Amino acid sequence: MIDGTVVDLSRAQFAATALYHFLFVPLTLGLSFLLAAMETVYVTTGKPIYKQMAQFWGKLFMINFALGVATGLTMEFQFGTNWSFYSSFVGDIFGAPLAIEGLMAFFMESTFVGLMIFGWQRLSKGQHLAVTWLVALGSNLSALWILVANSFMQDPQGAVFNPQTMRMELTSLQQLIFSPDAQSKFVHTSVAGYVTGAIFVAGVSAFYMLRKRHMDLAKRSFRMAALYGVMATIGVITLGDALGFVAAHAQPTKLAAMEGLWHAEKAPMSFNLIAFPDQAQQKNYGAVQIPGLLSLLVTHSLDGTVEGVSQLERQAAGRVENGIPAVLALKTLSKDPNDPAALAQFKAHEKDLGYGFLVQRYAPDLKDVTPAQVQQAAKDTIPPVAPVFWAFRFMVGFGLLMLAFFVLAVLYTLRNKVQDKTWFLKAAVWMIPVPFLANECGWLVAELGRQPWTVFGMLPTWMSASTHSVGYMAFSLIGFVALYTTFIIVEMYLMVRAIRLGPDEPASGVGERPRPQPGLAPRAVPAIAHDTHLEG
Amino acid sequence: MELFAVLQVIWWLLLGVLLIGLAVMVGMDMGVGTILRYVGRNDLERRVALNIIGPHWDGNQVWFILGGGAIFAAFPLIYATAFSGFYVVMLLLLWTMIVRPLGFEYRSKIASAKWRNVWDWTLFISGAVPMIVFGAAFGNLFHGVPFHFEWNITSVYTGSFLGLLNPFAIMTGLLALALSVMMGALTVMNGAEGAMYQRARTLVQVGAIAGIVLFAIGGFWVHAIEGYSIVSGPGAGVPQTPLQQVITRTAGGWLGNYDAHPILWLLPLVGFAGMLGALLAGRGGRSHLGWWLGALAWIGVIATAGVALFPFLLPSSSDPSVSLTVWNSSSSSLTLAWMVGFTVVFVPLILWYTSWAFWVMRGKVKADEIAHDEHAY
Repeated sequence: MIDGTVVDLSRAQFAATALYHFLFVPLTLGLSFLLAAMETVYVTTGKPIYKQMAQFWGKLFMINFALGVATGLTMEFQFGTNWSFYSSFVGDIFGAPLAIEGLMAFFMESTFVGLMIFGWQRLSKGQHLAVTWLVALGSNLSALWILVANSFMQDPQGAVFNPQTMRMELTSLQQLIFSPDAQSKFVHTSVAGYVTGAIFVAGVSAFYMLRKRHMDLAKRSFRMAALYGVMATIGVITLGDALGFVAAHAQPTKLAAMEGLWHAEKAPMSFNLIAFPDQAQQKNYGAVQIPGLLSLLVTHSLDGTVEGVSQLERQAAGRVENGIPAVLALKTLSKDPNDPAALAQFKAHEKDLGYGFLVQRYAPDLKDVTPAQVQQAAKDTIPPVAPVFWAFRFMVGFGLLMLAFFVLAVLYTLRNKVQDKTWFLKAAVWMIPVPFLANECGWLVAELGRQPWTVFGMLPTWMSASTHSVGYMAFSLIGFVALYTTFIIVEMYLMVRAIRLGPDEPASGVGERPRPQPGLAPRAVPAIAHDTHLEG
Repeated sequence: MELFAVLQVIWWLLLGVLLIGLAVMVGMDMGVGTILRYVGRNDLERRVALNIIGPHWDGNQVWFILGGGAIFAAFPLIYATAFSGFYVVMLLLLWTMIVRPLGFEYRSKIASAKWRNVWDWTLFISGAVPMIVFGAAFGNLFHGVPFHFEWNITSVYTGSFLGLLNPFAIMTGLLALALSVMMGALTVMNGAEGAMYQRARTLVQVGAIAGIVLFAIGGFWVHAIEGYSIVSGPGAGVPQTPLQQVITRTAGGWLGNYDAHPILWLLPLVGFAGMLGALLAGRGGRSHLGWWLGALAWIGVIATAGVALFPFLLPSSSDPSVSLTVWNSSSSSLTLAWMVGFTVVFVPLILWYTSWAFWVMRGKVKADEIAHDEHAY
């Protein structure tokens, strides 16, 4: 059995590295389309300002992209290094989308990003535009396959456990790809990336407008970002609603945690706008409710109901008891894969296998399992309610805030008044962190809400980790934190510096003197001319 | 043969293709990183070296990521067992590899000698260390690594980090490093001129000679190592766990496949011929030809090792009978079939657009052009 501390440390490391990686990826997704859109305008209208825009935002894109790539390396291997049992248990299914992502998407994105940056002189206008679009397409296809993989963890479709090989195996790739969770999550998450890109461009443009620098570039960038952002934000909210609807069926425990719903209620159910959930007592303190809204949100009707924590726990207890014989049969089959009695016993209890694993945490050999142990396992099926409840509310709150922001942004920019609204420009700069926070909250709702499972209903988190020692885990966790902290300091420094320098000034230039707005400056100023002291 | 067994063999071959792609494409970039401080004596020269691979390193690195993904998809038990067992080594690999993108992207953003010097050392470490680790990991396969399984196929690794640094593994690590230096130097010859070209030319010869010597030593050494062979088990194309087989070890056992099929001796010959050819082509100033011969050398070296081990992928030294083979660690027939389909469609496509990218960026990197290009590294 794996040491509980090791599992906790492995979870902390995964959460830290995934949340960190997820700071950079959404911006890549969103900016790549904005770059492609800007360049499209340049190629179709021939106005050099749009080329300047594509190149300037492209430079910021690359500073962010480098860290996205670097931290993605960790993610590709972390399932193997730290979630060994998970990897062998579901690798037959979960590995496929990761490999397809590499073949179909990441190769395309990474090969063409090199040409996008280095190819301005070598490619024709049309070729370069195609290259930029391929980068955007590659990064979005990449997101598709990663989210297909993630959705398998949320709602394992298209797979079955094979006692001959002691693992889950693929039965239908189509089912895996077209699972409702995968579809709505892909759109919700990638469009959240577009919102992130839009806010970033709008915020940085507002920064220039406040300082009356690069006004032409800033106004045009702001307008594109505002229009892109308002559509994307509406998309995120719509698909977020769809995702909640899907979760209501596939992951009722996650939904109950998101809503702080302890006991079933009669329709129409009220929505807890604010509450302080107490998991031990199974009740909320200080709840502020909106009547009828919960039924409307999760069932799209006023008569719909969903189950609360107490019902879900009762059902789980039954499934735990039913799952025990399935695990015991597997033990026999491990020695003799063709034992007919064990095979029959497994078949009869197969659907609750994961719940049998759940109680193994308290009764490793599953002999004389006590009712208290069953109850404990059933209680475990409920994720930590308060963090999921609040992460969800923050995410939605940030989303609505961004919607309001973009509606105003579109109004002001279309009336060509945004440069005069100083208060709004200041607000726009302060909006930059909001989508990042919303994205992180979204990750927490999805992944914390999935607990106690790594594969919902099939494989508990407690048995998924690698059998490392606490010392190894402490070492690697400290190493990642130290390395990643250094990275973010360097990245923020370079990003802020590149933004302050602004367009048309080489990032390797010394000093930060603001330059007069250049007209149609065709080429960069020599960057190396003044650092001859580096020679030798 | 059963379809499942055919798919398993195809995936063993595809794994070889992906490893060769990794060795050639990532190895070349890492070689440039390793020799950066030698071929480039001042900042501008180093920028020339970095800009030779600048447009390509990112795409090339995907061979590494795809390698991870493909092992996960096709041989999940290898992915699970090897990467968790080699934990500290994997951390060393990941930590040195994740600083590499930053080295490329961030180095030239600030014109400070100190700043750039830090990143030059970073690029050196992130070039040399991963190549040694890749090679050493391969070397360890010949000795086997200590792991076993619990009843539900939870893998338990019982070795230490230092155990992975045995002499044979260090030798194979150095072999990988030598080949990557050779390929990196050929790449610099392709893209640079003058003094840098001459320094790179010297390094091609150093790398190739070291490679030939180390590969030859490995060939003799392997006679003394205990090889694995399957006594009984479910065999190819049968769904199974690694708990159902019996395996023995005999000295020189890794040469069994060569004894049974002498034609396989062509593979090490290809390795030697490739290295020798790259050496001569580099000397003669025909670096493009040399690069292709270097790629051929990688094919020969990796195929030599892969064929010696076949059908083993990850032998266990502490419990030989749970050793992982192509037959007991692969994915199911359906997954393998789908993945063959995706690979057959996309790998040629990848090769096509990668070649186009190299063709677009062909020619020498000019120092004065970099100095005037704000997009350059």
